[in-house]
Amino acid sequence: MTDTVRTSAPSAAAAKHLKRRRARDGRFRYYGLTAIFVALGALAVLVLTIGSQAFSAATYHVVKYDVTLDPAVIAPEGANRPADISRNVEGFYGLVRDNLLTTFPEAEADRLSRRELSDFVTRLAVLPTARMVANNPELVGNAITLTAPLNDDLDLYLKGNGVRERKIKTGTVSSVQGEEDGTFRLSGTEAFEAVVAGLAVAGVDRAEDAGQPDVLLTAGVSTGRLTEIGAGSARMELLTGRAQDFAQARPTARIIVSAESERTISDRQIAWVLALKEMGRVDRVPRWTLLTNSDSTYPELAGGLAAIVGSLLTMLITALVAMPIGILAAVYLEEFAPRNRLTEFIEVNINNLAAVPSIVFGLLGAALYINFLGMPRSAPLVGGLVLALMTFPVVIIASRAALKAVPPSVRSGALAVGASQMQTVFHHVVPLAAPGILTGAILGMARALGETAPLLLIGMVAFVGDVPRSPTDESTVMPVLIFSWSNNAERAWEPLTSAMIIILLAFLLVMNGLVVFLRRKYERRW
Amino acid sequence: MGWLLIALIAVFGSAAFFMGRMRAERLLVSTTSRMHSRPNYHGYYVAMWATVPVVLVAMAYAIFAEDLTRSQLTRELPSSFARLSPVELQSYLESVRMAAGTAASAGADRVFQAITNRYLELRGLVNTGTLVLLGLLAAGGIFLAQRRLQPNFRARAFVENGMQLVLFLCAGVAVATTAGIVLSLLYESLLFFQKVSAWDFLTGTRWNAQTEAEFGALPLFFGTFMIALIAMLVAAPIGLFSAIFLSEYASPRARAWIKPILEILAGIPTVVYGFFALLVVAPAIRTAAVWFNETAIRFGLASEPILAAQPTSALAAGLVMGIMVIPFVSSLSDDVINAVPQTLRDAAYALGATKSETVKQVVVPAALPGIIAALLLAVSRAIGETMIVVMAAGKSARISMDPTSDLTTITVQIVSLMTGETGFDDPKTLSAFALGLVLFIVTLAFNVVALRVVKKYREKYD
Repeated sequence: MTDTVRTSAPSAAAAKHLKRRRARDGRFRYYGLTAIFVALGALAVLVLTIGSQAFSAATYHVVKYDVTLDPAVIAPEGANRPADISRNVEGFYGLVRDNLLTTFPEAEADRLSRRELSDFVTRLAVLPTARMVANNPELVGNAITLTAPLNDDLDLYLKGNGVRERKIKTGTVSSVQGEEDGTFRLSGTEAFEAVVAGLAVAGVDRAEDAGQPDVLLTAGVSTGRLTEIGAGSARMELLTGRAQDFAQARPTARIIVSAESERTISDRQIAWVLALKEMGRVDRVPRWTLLTNSDSTYPELAGGLAAIVGSLLTMLITALVAMPIGILAAVYLEEFAPRNRLTEFIEVNINNLAAVPSIVFGLLGAALYINFLGMPRSAPLVGGLVLALMTFPVVIIASRAALKAVPPSVRSGALAVGASQMQTVFHHVVPLAAPGILTGAILGMARALGETAPLLLIGMVAFVGDVPRSPTDESTVMPVLIFSWSNNAERAWEPLTSAMIIILLAFLLVMNGLVVFLRRKYERRW
Repeated sequence: MGWLLIALIAVFGSAAFFMGRMRAERLLVSTTSRMHSRPNYHGYYVAMWATVPVVLVAMAYAIFAEDLTRSQLTRELPSSFARLSPVELQSYLESVRMAAGTAASAGADRVFQAITNRYLELRGLVNTGTLVLLGLLAAGGIFLAQRRLQPNFRARAFVENGMQLVLFLCAGVAVATTAGIVLSLLYESLLFFQKVSAWDFLTGTRWNAQTEAEFGALPLFFGTFMIALIAMLVAAPIGLFSAIFLSEYASPRARAWIKPILEILAGIPTVVYGFFALLVVAPAIRTAAVWFNETAIRFGLASEPILAAQPTSALAAGLVMGIMVIPFVSSLSDDVINAVPQTLRDAAYALGATKSETVKQVVVPAALPGIIAALLLAVSRAIGETMIVVMAAGKSARISMDPTSDLTTITVQIVSLMTGETGFDDPKTLSAFALGLVLFIVTLAFNVVALRVVKKYREKYD
C-alpha cells in the first residue's frame, strides 16, 4: 500500500457523499442488530412472564387442622370398611368444618359467614387424608393433624397477587372502648395518622364509583374493620378475635383498594386467614400435587398427572408407528429406490406432508379413525396415530439426511467383501447413521409432544379426572390441558397454566438436551 | 384382545424363526454340498410365512370384528327395534358395547341385559374363531415353509425381496397419507356441497355455522388473510434483518449462540404462544387501543372511539404469530444468503461498495428466490397455525379493517365446529371439512410454489 499514489483529492461533494454512504452502512448494521434484539427480547419476555407466573404456582398454602377421628363420624356402624372410609368425604369434611367453627365461633352467627368459612377448604381436599386413614385403620379414634390446601382465592391473597392492598404500621393504640352498637372505639395519640395519609394516596388512583376503600386492622389473631378514621381515633367493627388484643399494641392496617363486593374474598375471610397464619397453621409448601393429582374443577386440587400419563401413552403409540415406518421409508428412498417417476412422486409427497397444517391431520383422524374405522374418541391410541402421520415425514427427512452423510466408501467396502445390498445397508450403513436417525426421530417426537390442534378435533379435550391405564382409555395430553386450563375464568388458573407450560417445556428441554448430547457424543466427520 | 394378538404374533414369529434355523442347521451338518443361504435366513423365511398372513388377518379382525358382531346382533334383535332409526340403533349398540366392557349392566332392564349377554356371546365367538384361524394359518405357514428348505434353497433372496417390499410399503405410507387426506376432505366436502352450494360457500359474507346454518366463508378467509398479513409484517423484516446480520455481520461465536436461541422460537409449542397472547399481548393491545381512543377524543380528532379495542384481537394474534414464524424466515434466508458465493461479494467490494451496499445490491438480489421461498413457507405456516388464533383472535366472523377488532379464521372455525357434539351427517361438521379442504389447497399451493422457486434457482451457483 505504500506506493499508492493519490492522483487528486476527493472533491467536497464526493467526500460528503462518502460520509453519507458510510453512515448508511452503519445504520444498516444496527437494523440487523435491532432485529435480533427484538426477536430475542420477545423470547425473553415470553419466558419471563410465564416463568414468573409459574414460580408463584410452584408453592401453595396449606392449612393444618388438628382433628380427632371420631369413629361415629369417620367409620359409623355399617360403613366402617376401609373402602367406605376412603369414600367418606362428608365425614372428614365435617371434622374440618367443625374445627374451623371452633376456631372462629363468630362464624356461627349467620349462614353467610358460615358459608364463607366453609369456603376455606373444598370437600374433595380431604380425600387424601381419607385414603390415608383407610389404609391405617388403627388411626380411627386418635387425634391427627389433617392438612388440606387453602381455597385458591385466599391462596392468591396470601401470595400478594389476589387483592391490591397497602400495609401500614399504625401508632400505639392506647385505649379500646366498647360502644353500644357492638363496635369499638380505638384511640391513641396520632395512632392512625399514617392510615389517613395512606387513604388519601389510595383515593387518587381509584375510580369515582368504587365506594370507600376497606381498612382492616390486625393485631395478633384479631382483626377488625375500621370506619370513621381520624388521626387520633377510629371506630372498629370486630371481625374475629378479641378487642382487647388491640390495647397497647401497634396493629397493622391494611388499606384494600377494591370494595368488598368487587372481590372474590370477603373482609371476614381475610381476617380469618390472617388469624390462621398468625396461629402458625398456614404453611407455604411446594405444590407436588401438580404432578401427583389429576385434573379438577378446583384449582387448588388440580394437577397434571392424567395429562402427563396421557402424553406418554400418546407418544408411545406415535413412536411405535412413526419411527419404524419413517426410518424404513428413508432407507428405501435413500438406498434402494430406483430413480423413476414413482420415487419422485413419493418424495414430493413427503415434502408436502411435512408442511401440511397440523389441523388437517386432525380432520383426517376424525374422518378416518373415528368416523370410518370406529375407533374410540379421546383415546391416546387415536391421538398417537394422528400424531404419527404428522411426525413420520419429519423422521423420514431427518433419517435421509443421516443416511446421506454415511460415505459411499462404507457401502463399497461391504459390497466388495460379498455382502448383499440388504446386508450392506442393515449391517453397516444404518448402524453408522443411527445417531443421526435417532436425533431426527427425537426432534420429531418433541414436535408431536407440543401439538394441540389435531388432538382437539379427535375429542381429547374432554375433562379427564382419572389417570388413563391403556391407550384406549379416555385421556388428555399436556398441551390440551394447558389449553383447557387457559379457558377457565378464575384467576388462580393463570399461574397453574403457566406451571403446566413449564412442565411441558421441561419435557421438551430434556428431549432436546438428549439430541444435543447424542450429537456431541456420536457425531463423526468422515 | 389387542395385546393378546400382538403377543401371539411375536410368539409365532420367534418360534417359526428358531424352527427354520434349526432345520437349516441340520441340513448344514448333513449335506456335503454348500448351502446357498446362512441358517438365519432360512429362519427369517419361515418366520415370514408364519407371521405375514397372521398379521393381515389380525388387521382385518381389528377393523371388521365389531361390525360383524353388530350386524349379526341387529339381525337377532326383537322386531320392536325395527322402529329405531339407524343413528338411534347405533347409539343403542354403542351403549351395549360399553355395558359389556364394564359388566356394569346390573341396573338396566332385562331386554338390555339379554342383548348385552348375547353381544358378549357373539363377540366371544368371533374372538375364538379368529384365534383358531390365526393358529391354523401360522401352523400351515410354518409347515409349508419348512418343507421348502433345501441346501440350495435361495432363502436370502426371498427374505431380501420381502424386506424390500416392506421398505417400499413404508415409503408408500406417505402417498397413502396424502391420499387419505385428499379423499377424506373431498368426500366430506362433497357431502357438504350437496347441501350448500360451493359458490355461496366461497363468496357468501355471512358465517353463522353454529346457530343459523349460514355458510358464507368470506369473513373467515378475510380474517385468515388479515392475521397472516400482520404476522408477516412482523416476521418478514425481523427475520430478514436477523438473517442478514447473522450471515454478514455477526462473528462466528455470536452466530453459534444466537442462531440456536432464535430457533427455540420455532420449538415452543403453539399453545404456549397462544397463552402468552391471551395473557400478555391481548390485554396490552386493548389498553393501548383504549388509550388511543381517549387521546383522539380528547384532542378533538374524533367524536367517538376509532378502534374497537376488543379483549381478543387480530393484532394480538398476528403479533404473536409473527414472533413464532421469525425463525422460519430467518433460518431459511440465512441458509440461502450463506449459499451466495463469496466471489460475488468480493467483486462488489472491489468496485468500492460498502458492506451494506453489497448486501442490498448484490447478496440479497442473488438470494432473492430463496428469500421469497422462505417468506412463502412462513405465510403457509401462518395460515395453517391454529392454537394462537383459537386462543387470542376471537370468534366473530366479520370483515373489518380494524386490527383491534376480533376476527376469526379458517382454523378457529374448524376447531369450534369439530369440538363438542359432532355428527358426520350434520352440515355444521361437514363445513369444517370444506374449510379444511380450502386450507389444504392454499397451503399446498404456497409450498409447491416455494419448493419450485427454490429448486429452479438453486442450481445457479452450484
